[in-house]
Amino acid sequence: MKPKGRRPYFTIFGLAFAFWLGIEAQHRGYVNFARENPREIYRLLIQHLQLVFISGSIAVALGLGIGIVLTRGFMRRYREVTLSILGICQTVPSIAVIAIAMTYLGIGSKTAIFALVVYSLLPIIRNTVAGIFQLDPALVDAGQGMGMTPRQVLFKVEIPNAMYIILTGIRTAVVINVGTAAMSFLVGAGGLGDLIFTGIAMVDAGLMLAGAVPTACLAVLLNWGFERLENLLISPGIPRGE
Amino acid sequence: MTTYDFIARNWLELTQLAWQHTVFVGIALAIAIVTGVPLGVYLTFNRRLADTVLYLAGIMMTVPSVALFGLMIPILSVFGHGIGTVPAIIALVLYSQLPILRSTYAAIRSVDPAIIEAGLGIGMTRAQVLLKVQIPMSLGVIFAGVRVAVVMSIGIGAIAAYIGAGGLGQYIFNGITQTFDAMINAGAVAVSAMAILADFLFGRLEKKLVSRGLRRD
Amino acid sequence: MIELDRVTKTYPGATQPAVESISLRVPEGEICVFIGPSGCGKTTLMRLINRLIPISSGSISVNGQNIMGLDPIELRRRIGYVIQQVGLFPHMTVRDNIGTVPKLLGWTKAKIDERVDELLTLVNLNPKSFRDRYPRQLSGGQAQRIGVARAMAANPPIMLMDEPFGAIDPINREVLQDEFLSIHAKLRKTVIFVTHDINEAIKMGQRIALLNEGRLVQTGLPDELLNRPANEFVKNFVGTDRVLKRLNLLKVKDAMMLNPVHCLDDDASEKVLEQMIRQDLAFLIVADRDHRLRGYVNRRDLRGHKGKVGDVAGRLTLTVSPERNLKEALSQMLSYDLGILVVVDEAGHIQGVLNSTTLFKLVGDTYDERGGHWERITAGGRIL
Repeated sequence: MKPKGRRPYFTIFGLAFAFWLGIEAQHRGYVNFARENPREIYRLLIQHLQLVFISGSIAVALGLGIGIVLTRGFMRRYREVTLSILGICQTVPSIAVIAIAMTYLGIGSKTAIFALVVYSLLPIIRNTVAGIFQLDPALVDAGQGMGMTPRQVLFKVEIPNAMYIILTGIRTAVVINVGTAAMSFLVGAGGLGDLIFTGIAMVDAGLMLAGAVPTACLAVLLNWGFERLENLLISPGIPRGE
Repeated sequence: MTTYDFIARNWLELTQLAWQHTVFVGIALAIAIVTGVPLGVYLTFNRRLADTVLYLAGIMMTVPSVALFGLMIPILSVFGHGIGTVPAIIALVLYSQLPILRSTYAAIRSVDPAIIEAGLGIGMTRAQVLLKVQIPMSLGVIFAGVRVAVVMSIGIGAIAAYIGAGGLGQYIFNGITQTFDAMINAGAVAVSAMAILADFLFGRLEKKLVSRGLRRD
Repeated sequence: MIELDRVTKTYPGATQPAVESISLRVPEGEICVFIGPSGCGKTTLMRLINRLIPISSGSISVNGQNIMGLDPIELRRRIGYVIQQVGLFPHMTVRDNIGTVPKLLGWTKAKIDERVDELLTLVNLNPKSFRDRYPRQLSGGQAQRIGVARAMAANPPIMLMDEPFGAIDPINREVLQDEFLSIHAKLRKTVIFVTHDINEAIKMGQRIALLNEGRLVQTGLPDELLNRPANEFVKNFVGTDRVLKRLNLLKVKDAMMLNPVHCLDDDASEKVLEQMIRQDLAFLIVADRDHRLRGYVNRRDLRGHKGKVGDVAGRLTLTVSPERNLKEALSQMLSYDLGILVVVDEAGHIQGVLNSTTLFKLVGDTYDERGGHWERITAGGRIL
């Protein structure tokens, strides 16, 4: 959590620093590309956002679903194994996921979205399972005792109380997605990665920054935005332990 | 050519790249541990500074690695080290700080204050309590953080191949340029294998470091 | 020997001192209990002694030396420290835990091992089975015993104990209290014992210091606080049942009626019955020639019987040892609805008798604190 008392200092200092950097960059001609091709940057930004959000939505829907299913009683026997496998899969680096997807699925945004979904699925599933499992069993007991159907228990008790951990998992997955999407350029899906990679290849700082700065800002902003959302959505009564 | 064929034929080069990869990940990790663990320990004595530092490290981790490279290169080229292993190692060290710092800080702080009080009460100096009690008790968790950092670094290291750091990512990127599927796969599989292996090995090491008295049998 | 002279501690920013101008002297080898309600400063006061908290004003001397003149670490290594949560180092075995201070002091491994075994035996734990265990494998009572052992490892002359048995269940607590008292009887260390439980204080303390809101309200022997509370606060603190609490401090032998009226088992029934009627006794204790308890008889049993009393005597199994405390005896009497309890020694010899008369007399009589004995009643002895 951000140290509350320091907020004004941080913002002022951060802005001042960014401002100074901006001036320096201008000085060295780094900003030229950005100034001359705003529409290009904008187009790639939109592409990037599309990739992130489409894959994000699919991953959330699938991830939540699979995660919830895994916590149900009938999955007891397979749960351990599934979670172990998921654990191993999570160590596979994002670049490898994209690369392998590409060799089997060809290039294009569909491949990119597929890779992105696969990569961000795992943290969501794991967090959903963890969130529901760390619940006090007394809660479920109380719900059933009151006469709730299993589905009602799920939606009215388990999910709301596991929300904090689940949302954190979604937030993490989406923010990571921003980074992984930057690599979808390699799969021919465009995005801001285009500028970064091309910039590196051509040793052009202007290009690099034009791609890197928006990507970085996007990631940080999304992260901040999700944190805010969490604060709003989660009932104040729920413990946000960590 | 299948991936298998490719690996079989280029076994030597694959190993060299794997070694390169290991080396710069290893150097970055060593630096990150040497700076991160002591800093994490120090932060337990300075709560306000801890909040700030952890917050900054958190932001650091939010920035995607690709973007970080894109940001760092222009800055570092001023010093003549824009590309190659140096920016790669710097980026890896920066990314590894959060998991290592956070787990060190959390573990040392989580030691029951009653234990610290007991230690001081029987006549240990603050340093002795730290070195003989808090740190030994925290080794397992600290190492868990190191493990996360290692796996992450292997992945980011693969991307660093693009900026000339070498390593297994090279097969991936060259394979893309040459549209050589087998090469791409070989690189991807090798990196994945390395990551999984590292996770497993460090996981074992982590378990070994947890004192027998603390295990939750 | 510990001496506190007008010791005061005020925390920075606080309006009231946590501890105010307390002067107290704890002679060598004595257990002094610091007691009082929450927040009264008892724990603070204790922790001033080993300099875990810095003193604001006044002075504390240990064995004649002002503690400010000593290196705090050295000081703490010469004082045993036991806290409620025990604070055993979870990553170390029992042996390493106990040996912590000796190791810091540079003892040889052999010496440490020897000392560890010695201490484990002292606290009633089998060295072989406990030496290599880890704290998580110990029960609460075992853990605290090891905490005490650890505190005594370097054989410090002084011990500070902060509610050491507070987190233990009541049954084990009593056991630990008794064990500690017996250890203390052997080792005679100077002990400061903090508790909030007045019963524990009365049991453990040779001297009690009652604190309230940072000030010393009364100090003295346990019975002084019970018998002559200095003010309303003390009276309320020790409890409105203080008279019953005193029963805890007294032994059966102090209050029993001596030479109780009895008959011998080979006395003639008719004669005994005659005397019983004359003295208006409903029942009578029967003893043998060696003055051992044989049983009892009612008038009804003897009526019409011609022969020895011993033939009709009923068995009296409920007896009490002279060493038990009065509270337990009373409890026994009440639970069995007995008006009387015969006091016998280990061999069965009658020492005396406890009944409601003696107890009420006890409560009402003046207590001779110098003698420590109540004036006991002596009865008629053999009835014939």
